[in-house]
Amino acid sequence: MIELFSQAWPWYVAGPLTGLVVPMLLLVGGRMFGVSENMRHICAAAIPGKIPFFNYDWKTAGGWNLTMIFGAMIGGFIAATWLGNPDPIALSEATKGDLAQLGITNFDGLVPESIFSWTGLTSLKGVLLIVVGGFFIGFGSRYAGGCTSGHAIMGLGNLQLPSLIAVLGFFAGGLLMTHVLFPFIF
Amino acid sequence: MNEKIMQNKSTGRLWPYALIGIYFGIVLTKGEVISWFRIQEMFRFQSFHLYGVIGAAVAVAALSIWLIKRRNAPALDGSPVAIPSKRLGTGTRYWAGGTIFGLGWALTGACPGPLFILVGNGVTVMLIAIVAAVAGTWTYGALRPRLPH
Repeated sequence: MIELFSQAWPWYVAGPLTGLVVPMLLLVGGRMFGVSENMRHICAAAIPGKIPFFNYDWKTAGGWNLTMIFGAMIGGFIAATWLGNPDPIALSEATKGDLAQLGITNFDGLVPESIFSWTGLTSLKGVLLIVVGGFFIGFGSRYAGGCTSGHAIMGLGNLQLPSLIAVLGFFAGGLLMTHVLFPFIF
Repeated sequence: MNEKIMQNKSTGRLWPYALIGIYFGIVLTKGEVISWFRIQEMFRFQSFHLYGVIGAAVAVAALSIWLIKRRNAPALDGSPVAIPSKRLGTGTRYWAGGTIFGLGWALTGACPGPLFILVGNGVTVMLIAIVAAVAGTWTYGALRPRLPH
């Protein structure tokens, strides 16, 4: 039991536990799992302007979701502080080799620290990965009407064809970036 | 449109959602789902890990939704449990929006949930990625009438 909290969780533990968020939300308040809608709620709360897409009662529609994602941030803090995985991520050797060719050789932590840090943000690479990447995530998820949670987990779980198309798009974009565009960025 | 926001509910009690969020943040951290390295490993087909996580999550979600639909009862707070279908339309928005999302997913190595969870893990620069994602969402909202859906 102690080991469960001191080691990284394998896919057959983390996967089912992630899927359980769907029935939790449905049973607690009839809510559909989907994280990216929070970005829309933040727009509606902060900078709606005259754009119809952002003029709605965001507290009623999204109060629960904004609360959930704030909780997720706390959960990340709790996991990092008291349940931290002791060992570096058991990344495959093939991935380490591929990333080394891109100049990434430090595999400690969750992200390449030379890029995903405040000093990394001052480099072109940092701006591309953090700012442009974030922009694409926000634009693309709202255009597609959902992200990995709303389309991949909730949508595929509900056997929705539109979600399958969106998820295939997620992977098409990810593969294009990783295999075709990364060599130009790194 | 399938993203029409449900307005017929009050805000209601929020603390259960905070607890669910904390649970979500712990699970995704312990499962290494929020790791940029793991996302790269997935897109390079060099590990089964994230495919296993996503596949098992979808299977549990599908089974739960099936059981909940059969049960056909309101939620604990009395709200109806309605799971509307998504409208396909021309399908353009799904493949086009999905592909743009995927480009960003590989760049940041995180989808929207992990962006927030990474901040909790101390990768505070992801706050900038969240701000950028809000800007991307806002740009979509502004361009929406002119985009093919």
